[in-house]
Amino acid sequence: MVEDEFFYGHKACAGCGGSLAVRIALKVLGKRAVAVLPAGCMSAVGFNFPQLCFANNAIISTFAGTASMLTGIEAGLRAKGITDFVAVGFAGDGGTADIGIQALSGAIDRDDDILYICYDNEAYMNTGIQKSSLTPFGAKTTTTPAGKNAHGNLRPKKNMFEIVAAHGIKYAATASIGYLPDYMKKVQRASEIKGTKYIHVIAPCPTGWGIASDESVEIAKEAVDCGLWVLAEYKNGNYSVSIKPKNLPGLQTHIKRQGRFKHLTDDDIAYVESQRDSKWNFINQHWTVTQGGIK
Amino acid sequence: MSREFLSGNEAFAYGIRLVSPQVISAYPITPQTIVVERLSEMVEDGSLKSEFIHVESEHSALSCAMGANATGARTFTATSSQGLLYMAECLAYASGGRFPIVMMNANRSTALPWNIYGDQRDSLSLLDCGWIQAYAKDAQESLDLAILSYYIAEHPKVSTPFMVNLDGFHLTHTYEIVEVPESGLVKAFLPDYNTDNKIDFENPKNLAFSAGPEHNFVFKYKEHLGVLNAAEIISEAEQKFAPLFGRQYSGLAEAYRCDDADYILITLGTIFGLCSDVADRLRDEGVKAGVLRLRYIRPFPNKEIADIAQKAKSVAVLEKDISFGNEGTVYTNVNSALQKAGINISSLNFIGGLGGRDISEEDIREIFSKLRENNKGKTAVHFIGIEENG
Repeated sequence: MVEDEFFYGHKACAGCGGSLAVRIALKVLGKRAVAVLPAGCMSAVGFNFPQLCFANNAIISTFAGTASMLTGIEAGLRAKGITDFVAVGFAGDGGTADIGIQALSGAIDRDDDILYICYDNEAYMNTGIQKSSLTPFGAKTTTTPAGKNAHGNLRPKKNMFEIVAAHGIKYAATASIGYLPDYMKKVQRASEIKGTKYIHVIAPCPTGWGIASDESVEIAKEAVDCGLWVLAEYKNGNYSVSIKPKNLPGLQTHIKRQGRFKHLTDDDIAYVESQRDSKWNFINQHWTVTQGGIK
Repeated sequence: MSREFLSGNEAFAYGIRLVSPQVISAYPITPQTIVVERLSEMVEDGSLKSEFIHVESEHSALSCAMGANATGARTFTATSSQGLLYMAECLAYASGGRFPIVMMNANRSTALPWNIYGDQRDSLSLLDCGWIQAYAKDAQESLDLAILSYYIAEHPKVSTPFMVNLDGFHLTHTYEIVEVPESGLVKAFLPDYNTDNKIDFENPKNLAFSAGPEHNFVFKYKEHLGVLNAAEIISEAEQKFAPLFGRQYSGLAEAYRCDDADYILITLGTIFGLCSDVADRLRDEGVKAGVLRLRYIRPFPNKEIADIAQKAKSVAVLEKDISFGNEGTVYTNVNSALQKAGINISSLNFIGGLGGRDISEEDIREIFSKLRENNKGKTAVHFIGIEENG
């Protein structure tokens, strides 16, 4: 990891998980990283002329166009005879799983030599906390209000990691800003693979999640430890768990400490627990599970 | 130089091979498909050294082209109709980012109702996206514009994306004898693309950024100047082109028998051929008819229109386009040119050919008849072949 900072002086909120994910990835990738960021939090906080905060080459893409712009940059640099670089995208959950999924799917289909990192704060935070397809079940957002008739978002979180893996992608991984060494190893590993790579990093947003600004890292770690967010890799057709939680505890505490879930009933939480448990049943039967993190 | 029997699409692909863009991103749509098919074959047989990227949509075609252009690579894409509308967001993005991408657009009707035939509503509805817009009259001009467009778009005084429009089917699918120049000539004519507006590992750049109210207007004004500057560079490019390639083009507009004309029909695209034939016949009958073809709609030939119209008794604008609730967009622009020059003559609008409907010799004769009625200062919008107010 380089000592230099490449994402510095931006105006992200205190405790922003997304900005940490971008900053750390760029420290791993170094100055030969060419970053593409679509419309969203990270471009909004980092690219306001004349205050431009990326120390490496960086460009804003259209909202839907993170992957397609990465494709063009990779092809253009290669056509100009430049090979020593990493084309890396940083898109949010909406930019990835909603409006950007077509371009991402196209890039994976072509096996373009790009690294796509989704920093997932589980809603459209830049526009003021609206539901995306990565908003989890039960979360209150400004477009999924919690009331008598509906307890926030009615649908489960889209499974982007496995959707991406189903393309037969060269490398895919999930990560959490609560487990930075694991995230950094995955970014490093991805940067050494030729072809399309995808990393999905959970990155809490204090404003949108209803947590204190000094709780982002802790909540992101807790989500892994309680088995709600699975740290995993997909490579050569195989799924493997990177860090297995010691047990699967009750989710009451983890869920209720987040303002976005305050309204959930015991039944709602029991439902989330059952979904988590059945996922782990599947993982234990079908995925490679080892203790102690990735080698 | 070789002489080949080529359609407009093929002629354009031949022109692109001579230019040899480093990155081509394209998605198929009728009637543009033959361009991307030919380019794919050229890459396969090794006669074109380009990265050919099979994007999954038109939005990605232009997004990818912007990424490639941001590395300083020369880029090409092509589309039509629904595809052009689908990439509309990227059109404004490319011009705002000053990425001089060249795109061929096969002019085609836009849904609904669905229709694959030629009219010019697709490109004219996106006139304000900040792109240079040229309209070819035949296959030879298509090939030549494929070459000229890069010279103009990439010129540092312009740095503006360039849309070359070919009438769907009438030009894209019609075969003609085309002179295909030697690649050495193109190399002598077209300088390599050099720009500071690109990724640079020595001096890293933040590109395609945000700009608040104070700075945004300045960037937009500079974008406007870039398109305006294209007029001068179009002329410069054509002056350099003529002695090398043996064909002289006439800048933003082409006048046919306009010098002493009383009645001038202003139009764009392939219909110019038939209009010129009709003008010839009317001249034989003693009618002083002329035709002015607008080769470019952006930058707009204000001066060329005013110079020609100054001596005329009346003008008509024939276009395959309508701005619903008003009139033809080209007509609006022509009237503005006349008004700014203080020319108060009758100007009529003829809207025809929507969805590929034929415009006949009789229709064009009728236009000139209406012009000869010559009510001073009169304006009117006519719909060719439609029972109006019915």
